[in-house]
Amino acid sequence: MNVWRRVACAVLLLVAGLSLAANVLAPAGYAKQYREAADSGPSSAHWLGTDEIGRDRFARVLYGTRISLLLAPAAALLSTLMAALIGGLAGYLGGAWARGAMAVTDLFLSLPWLFLLITVRALMPLNVSPVVSVLVTFLMLGLLGWTSAARVLCASAGSFRDSDFVRQARASGVRGLRLFWIHVMPNLKPVLYAQFWISIPAFILSEANLGILGLGVVEPMPSWGSLLKELEGLVSVGSEPWKFVPLILLAVVVTSFQIVMSKQEEVAA
Amino acid sequence: MKAPGVKVAEMISVSRRALLLALVCLGILGSVAAAQGELRFCLRSEPKTFDPLKVEDEASVTVRYLTGGVLVRMNRQTQALEPELAQSWKVSKDGKQITFKLRSGISFSDGTPFSAEDVAYTVQQLMDPALHSPTGDTFRSGPGNVETKIISPTQISITFPASVAGLDRQFDQVAIVSAHSGKKEMAVLGPFMVADYKPGATLLLKRNPNYWKTDAQGRKLPYLESITLDIQPNRDVEMLRFKRGEIDLINSLDSEYFDKLAATSPQLVHDAGASLDSEQMWFNEVAKAPLPQYKKNWFRSANFRRAISEAINRGDLARVVFRGHAQPAVGPISPANKFWFNEKLKPAAYSPDAALKALQAEGFRMENGELKDREGNAVVFSIITNSGNKARERMATMIQEDLQKIGVHVNVVTLDFPSLIERVTQSFDYEAILLGLTNVGLDPNEQMNVWLSSSENHQWNPQEKTPETTWEAEIDRLMQAQASSADAKKRKESFDRVQEIAVEQAPFIYLVNRNALSAVSQRVQGASPVILVPQTYWNVERLSVK
Repeated sequence: MNVWRRVACAVLLLVAGLSLAANVLAPAGYAKQYREAADSGPSSAHWLGTDEIGRDRFARVLYGTRISLLLAPAAALLSTLMAALIGGLAGYLGGAWARGAMAVTDLFLSLPWLFLLITVRALMPLNVSPVVSVLVTFLMLGLLGWTSAARVLCASAGSFRDSDFVRQARASGVRGLRLFWIHVMPNLKPVLYAQFWISIPAFILSEANLGILGLGVVEPMPSWGSLLKELEGLVSVGSEPWKFVPLILLAVVVTSFQIVMSKQEEVAA
Repeated sequence: MKAPGVKVAEMISVSRRALLLALVCLGILGSVAAAQGELRFCLRSEPKTFDPLKVEDEASVTVRYLTGGVLVRMNRQTQALEPELAQSWKVSKDGKQITFKLRSGISFSDGTPFSAEDVAYTVQQLMDPALHSPTGDTFRSGPGNVETKIISPTQISITFPASVAGLDRQFDQVAIVSAHSGKKEMAVLGPFMVADYKPGATLLLKRNPNYWKTDAQGRKLPYLESITLDIQPNRDVEMLRFKRGEIDLINSLDSEYFDKLAATSPQLVHDAGASLDSEQMWFNEVAKAPLPQYKKNWFRSANFRRAISEAINRGDLARVVFRGHAQPAVGPISPANKFWFNEKLKPAAYSPDAALKALQAEGFRMENGELKDREGNAVVFSIITNSGNKARERMATMIQEDLQKIGVHVNVVTLDFPSLIERVTQSFDYEAILLGLTNVGLDPNEQMNVWLSSSENHQWNPQEKTPETTWEAEIDRLMQAQASSADAKKRKESFDRVQEIAVEQAPFIYLVNRNALSAVSQRVQGASPVILVPQTYWNVERLSVK
């Protein structure tokens, strides 16, 4: 592991550790409104100042990081598993199965997801607690984000279909799902890992985009998306650099994931 | 005999004088040219029409204001009605007829003369049901035709089939159209006329050479040579362009931008005080709404609504969300509406303790910090608002924390605007909503569609076949009484009572009245921003740029 990967791993661990310690580092919580000190700059009481309605920005960054950083891998896991099942099985079975599965994948890829997400949010019950809204958001991302990975896995599994070790297994009497599970899946692992790592930053950014659109995680719960919304006013940010912290954090985390991920891509290759 | 050198010196001296004279002349010309410059500001959407009779959207209203000539004009500063194309006017006692005495010697921008024929033509067109004129709809108070009688080229009487409340004031919105001009939309009586239009980019207005007004010194108005309206829906870009000096005015400035601009250039920003616009929330009181019956019972209880209203800290909303550029709302009419505001009304006092007591008197009880109703249902409801509106999202979040203090749990949901409107007007699948109301006019008649129980815009419970409560029946009666009376005092009494009922019953929980904030470049001279639309350029004919 080279130095950059070590640094990236350390950064990710540090960020994850800090966010998990949010209850200790910011005991007042992310929702408390210090209305007398609304939209104030950094101070000893509020290290990163407060937002427009007086909530401590440091606490919100920590809790928001926890939500975005812990749920994005969960969504990535879900989407990778779905991709493995759909893409991997389709590639292994080949023929009409592969063509059908890829047609479905293409259909999913061609759908205008933004409008679909808006519709899904509009159809959801209104009285949804912030925790449920977080889970639903990442569940949606996980359920919708499997398509690209499925195509890669389909191609990889297809290449194993007529390989020597699969033929040998067949000749030994191993058939169907057992053959897929025992002989094909282990060989797909490097691709699965790579797809998993690729999906994490993609989902973090997707959630941030949903937050900017007013979808996703609901108030008062913070996420990187809702924190980035503060930057919408182009005019205001120049004189208030501390408002860039969530953006910098997002960039650092995504970059760290990319650096760590590059190792997985090498393994997959 | 003079030496040649002296002659040369004289020549140089004469040349210098000529040069000085030329410079002075250029200076004078320069100052005249400066006084007739170009004003630039942004339209936030494409104007949908240049036909002043079909105007509905904000951009078209702006164009109508700048180009249209009206018989009477409400002074946006004093809120008094002033003569324009009409020298004088008289409304009959029954409020059905208005007689105008018109100015003579006035021409449209294309040179066609203005007379009573044009007024008659405009009114007939305006009231033609086939035109579907939104401006015409404000005059429709009963079935039947409008009659116009040309008494002389400078005198006309217009008779409506039924009494029209505030009849003379309604003519503030009626831009007179030429009966004889070939290009009706382009022949105008206002200070400017449309010269060029590039859809999606700019609209250029040039001064109307035939405009009839002059200033106190006899100088022809308007002072400006032209106005360029850039079509720019993005407010961030509008703000940046203002800071760069590319545009001269911003109306309805956001409080956050206002403060940022005030920090660096306090001389450019203007806070004219509380505007007519209000931010309010209301509960769904529709009987057939797909909500549990116990929630319907809460929402249909005036005591519940009042208690919720009492538990909301309006002072904090005004101070924090609007950075002090808003006032706690009193009721349906803003104090900015000098004549119609009921001065007996005061803003609801913030008192979570009193709110909790009132709820306990209704059978609600606190259990482990959670409010429960008589049947043991936890008081939980959602407030929806339109996504992207930062101020409303922040207000909803602050209300969420305020109500938490009395054990009420609120879920804040932001929805895209079409979904939100669908829920409020079609499916009625919502519990509470936070929205704003933009009031352009002062007259309560403009709120008829909100207060009449049979109306589609009676938002908390639209299109009631018969009023479902006694207080809604009383509001119906009072609104109809004020609409059918020409006596301003009687109308005021009726509408004062409507305001009192609205505060007592709290179908709308009025939160704040936003201040009218604007920014005006120092290039612009003569600007005096006001609370009424159009805030910054209401006196456009007297504006000039350096």
